[in-house]
Amino acid sequence: MLAKRIIACLDVRDGSVVKGIEFQDLRDAGDPAALARRYNDEGIDELIVLDVSATIEARLALLETVRRVAQELLIPLGVGGGIRSLEDAKAVFDAGADKVSLNTAALRDPAAVTALARVYGSQAVVVAIDAKREEGEFRVFSRSGSAREARDAVSWAREVEGRGAGEILLTSIDRDGTKQGFDCELTAAVSGAVAIPVIASGGAGAPAHFVEVFRDGRADAALAASIFHFAEHGIADLKRYLAEQGVPVRL
Amino acid sequence: MTIGVIDYGAGNLTSVLKGLSAAGAAADVVRRPPDIEDVEALVIPGVGHFASTKALDGDWRRSIYGAIDASRPVLAICLGMQWLFQGSDEAPALDGLDLLAGRCTRLAGTGVKVPHVGWNTLTRLPRPSRMLDGVEGERWAYFNHMYAAPVGRDTVAVTTHGAVFASCVEQGGVWGVQFHPEKSAATGLRILANFVALAREGS
Repeated sequence: MLAKRIIACLDVRDGSVVKGIEFQDLRDAGDPAALARRYNDEGIDELIVLDVSATIEARLALLETVRRVAQELLIPLGVGGGIRSLEDAKAVFDAGADKVSLNTAALRDPAAVTALARVYGSQAVVVAIDAKREEGEFRVFSRSGSAREARDAVSWAREVEGRGAGEILLTSIDRDGTKQGFDCELTAAVSGAVAIPVIASGGAGAPAHFVEVFRDGRADAALAASIFHFAEHGIADLKRYLAEQGVPVRL
Repeated sequence: MTIGVIDYGAGNLTSVLKGLSAAGAAADVVRRPPDIEDVEALVIPGVGHFASTKALDGDWRRSIYGAIDASRPVLAICLGMQWLFQGSDEAPALDGLDLLAGRCTRLAGTGVKVPHVGWNTLTRLPRPSRMLDGVEGERWAYFNHMYAAPVGRDTVAVTTHGAVFASCVEQGGVWGVQFHPEKSAATGLRILANFVALAREGS
């Protein structure tokens, strides 16, 4: 049986891991390669490195970070942040990534999703969707949550699925960094609308939140950052707890 | 002893090279069919669309057949494994290597998401397998694919996602895995180490 995945996210700026509260007040959580090694040893199922800086210098630093992180892992590695072209994607794959994640770039140029899927396969293309509740809808935001888009998360998810995305990384802006639990309604709405896996993100604060998002949110995977970075909850303990609750996980 | 990883333009060789190196092998990229002569064992990697195996037609196909005839071990991963079969519904016009019987078909099933992404279990069939030597307990492997190969006489382990498909095949020294051993933590490392051991014997 396919296991529900627990994914750790490393938000990286200028080569160092940071994690913010609702995308702001970033605080330093350490060396990405050291964290990657720790997570790998503790049994994390997958790792995603998200570059939250945007300058050219930082992008070169990111490739070095991806190389160092990939060196520590015998599990899948996804990379996102600032990937706009096939060339950007190629550099990241060559550095050791298994998947790339597009967010703003997919909104600006949806055909880029198809182009990437043609070359690397759908399974290597993740579209990240940042959504916020607004007037009974799940509104899509871009540019790290700062720019409001005309689309809603459910129809955008369907569109990128049709364009060749292999997975959706769905972040609730409302819950991100709050530790109040995932937005299960948002997750269920998107997961029920597409046939590709959905990774829920934003709001993980306690082991019970993961059970909720797998059961009520119908998530295929759940992603967290700060809950792991600051060693509040060990990954092995979390997975044992999930198994006790009847969630299929890799132990 | 060097293991050659075939570069035919489909996917990420970095992870495969790193995995082989973690399993104790010297591994190198093979970029031209004649260079197959210089290595003792072969890895056929690949992610993505079956159409990209078109690059394996012609000289690559002949050289790979030659290596198999010369009893050199081959490990085919993911799309590479699918290519060992007669073909795939994903690109019906293309021929696979036709070493193993059957065609690859799209995964399907009620409530089952495709692509099949993530960690799933390997169920061994009651057949001898060198590939799975020492792979004990619950055997989790990392999958990422949409098409899969049918269960046949060379299948040594199966996995279920909607339907049951061949996740490990073994015909003598030709091994195929639908999952990514280089991404499958301890289980994957053991399979790579078993392949490295097989390659050492022949050299």
